[in-house]
Amino acid sequence: MTRELLTGNAAAAWGARLAEVDYIPVYPITPQTEVIEALAQWVAEGTLAARLVTMDSEHSMLTAAGAAAATGARVFTASSSQGLVYGLEMLYTIAGWRVPLVLLNVSRALAAPITLEPDHNDVLAARDSGFLQIHAESCQEVLDSVLMAYRLSEHADVLLPVLVNLDGFYLSFTREPVELPSVEEVREFLPPHKAAHGFSASHVLAQGVAVLGGTGYSFFKYQMQRAAEAALTAHDAIAGEFCRRFGRCYGAVESYRLDDADWVIVMSNSFSTVGKEEVARLRARGEKVGLLRLRLIRPFPDQEIEWLLGDRRAVAVIDQNISIGKGGILFSEVASALRGRTPPPLLSFIGGLGGRRFRSEEFDTIMAALHAAENDGGSVEPTLLYSEAEYRQMMEMLRIAQQGSASTPEK
Amino acid sequence: MPIRREIYKGIKDIPRQEYLAGGTGLCAGCGGLLALRLFHKALGPNVVFVNAAGCLTLLAVFPFTPFHSSWLYTAMASAPAGAQGVRDALDMLIAKGRLSKDENLKVVVVTGDGAAHGIGLQATLAAIHRGLDFYYFCYDNEAFGNTGFQMSPASPFGSRTATTPVTSATPGGTATHKQDLFKLWEAQQPAFVATVSPAYPLDLMDKVARAGQLTGPKLFISLAACPPGWGVEPAESVEIAKLAVDTGVWPLKEVCDGKVVHTVRPHRFRPVEDYLHGQTRYHHLFAPVRQEEILRQLQHDVDRYWAAADADAGEVDNRLATVRA
Repeated sequence: MTRELLTGNAAAAWGARLAEVDYIPVYPITPQTEVIEALAQWVAEGTLAARLVTMDSEHSMLTAAGAAAATGARVFTASSSQGLVYGLEMLYTIAGWRVPLVLLNVSRALAAPITLEPDHNDVLAARDSGFLQIHAESCQEVLDSVLMAYRLSEHADVLLPVLVNLDGFYLSFTREPVELPSVEEVREFLPPHKAAHGFSASHVLAQGVAVLGGTGYSFFKYQMQRAAEAALTAHDAIAGEFCRRFGRCYGAVESYRLDDADWVIVMSNSFSTVGKEEVARLRARGEKVGLLRLRLIRPFPDQEIEWLLGDRRAVAVIDQNISIGKGGILFSEVASALRGRTPPPLLSFIGGLGGRRFRSEEFDTIMAALHAAENDGGSVEPTLLYSEAEYRQMMEMLRIAQQGSASTPEK
Repeated sequence: MPIRREIYKGIKDIPRQEYLAGGTGLCAGCGGLLALRLFHKALGPNVVFVNAAGCLTLLAVFPFTPFHSSWLYTAMASAPAGAQGVRDALDMLIAKGRLSKDENLKVVVVTGDGAAHGIGLQATLAAIHRGLDFYYFCYDNEAFGNTGFQMSPASPFGSRTATTPVTSATPGGTATHKQDLFKLWEAQQPAFVATVSPAYPLDLMDKVARAGQLTGPKLFISLAACPPGWGVEPAESVEIAKLAVDTGVWPLKEVCDGKVVHTVRPHRFRPVEDYLHGQTRYHHLFAPVRQEEILRQLQHDVDRYWAAADADAGEVDNRLATVRA
């Protein structure tokens, strides 16, 4: 085991390298490029015995990835944002093939307007595809999650592809100390891949064939649902083993100062680090507040969330995504997890879109809203985090732009 | 100069072995199915078909398949990318000793003209560019046959489709000319590219056999009569495919050493009208009034094609006179 200073992207590449993948179809997109550049370098210099092929699009890249997995190879690929949604059709197809592979997504907001920084509308657009989803907070967790994702994906009860998510820029390009396990240590945790089924001369197989009528179609979709449910149990076992072997423990959710908390803030991904800082600050002020980080988004750990949140005085969910016309996607997910009992007042906040940073004042506002909600139940509408100052800044830019066009000298 | 047939010299050379069982759910008389059956005979066993959405997707309907070989349905846009994944995975598994060499498979893309010309062209050109070692089989029924015969980029000028209907404002049907897929492929210098026809089985099978000796992209476009779409009887589909070749509408050719070679050249070209007459998709050209201008254009296009081809082949062209006689 060694310790190195790695970016989130480099940690992801190391995950694929340590998993000794056979095949890596690629297509570049910012901020994912560093992942595939690192892998291309290793394949070219022979330190990774895999074939890396540059495809013509994410749609083709994902098709090749799924087809290689269907043939029996261990496959890794990576994308981001527009690339992920460009390939979205194939996510449904690959999941339907019931083949294991790991897709890394470096979260980036979606056009229009086009931008480079993160939020989670890209990855959550893939939410219903049948890909399982693990969302990482730190560079170390990125590497560890890639290794765990292969175990989960290849698990006999699961056989579904897994998407590992990390935030673009905030995590993809942040350097943190990362423990790199040795190849031997990883092999003990993640043995060489032996596909459950594949194409070969002696194994004739029809894969992805059409079904006519709802009976056949439902049969396959229900099997996928059962497999995803089984993945919850499988993940616990895999996480337990990972914890024993490597000393780092990852649950379906992460609790931060939650034991005695009256108030809970729910977040995901790298901005949870900011949330934990704010919780610590509010704790120092005497607020009994904790943070719950959602890590496993599919399958969604409903029971654990219900158990952890059910008896709190009020809960706020901060979404870094927006389902236009509805609000926060994870808010709806958390709300549905609490349906089995009288839920605590549940508040929805939307922020961090396109990489927008959270401010301490906003956490003060959230804290105040939690207190108020205990008495009045809180608003059912999402609170869109946007400051008066930001609005003024936008108006000022517009004013300057208009002035500029008005003062363009005539020819 | 016609190419000498090397393996399939007579009809008795065609193996009796079938790799595609009868009784599929496809339309009776489907030219695409007939061509695929011959194609598979020439390939032999140990094949994996990677399919894009189209009529032939309905060959394998769970839990049945007529193939004595493997099948992977991908999506409409990316079957060649699927072939890339299968090929690369087989290569890697064999290289790493996880699969023995005799478990190897031939990887074949099966797609209609809708996917080949339009939505799937990017993935196809990319696979050729990468030099992927695969077969590509396009059955060209000159429209989106599976969805009810709408216009595709392969639909010929003057034909009627469900989205290029014949009205008083559009008496000629399809106003655009058929996209030249052969040329698009040829420009990238693949290992092999050819047109084939189920009406010329020896030509088809010999091309597959010749291509099989080459590594790289091996591309085949087969004209595929579509009885419901073309408005011909199922029993006529081979005859109509033969007429397409004999009138010069569907030239049988391949690229050999960078040069296009015609593998079948009718001694006497029949008038294009002989081919058009029997198909309801061209009826509007003859009734209620003959659309002379369009008919002239269609004949002219064929004449011009063969004049250029013959000039290119350095042959004396006495054909036009023959046709006009």
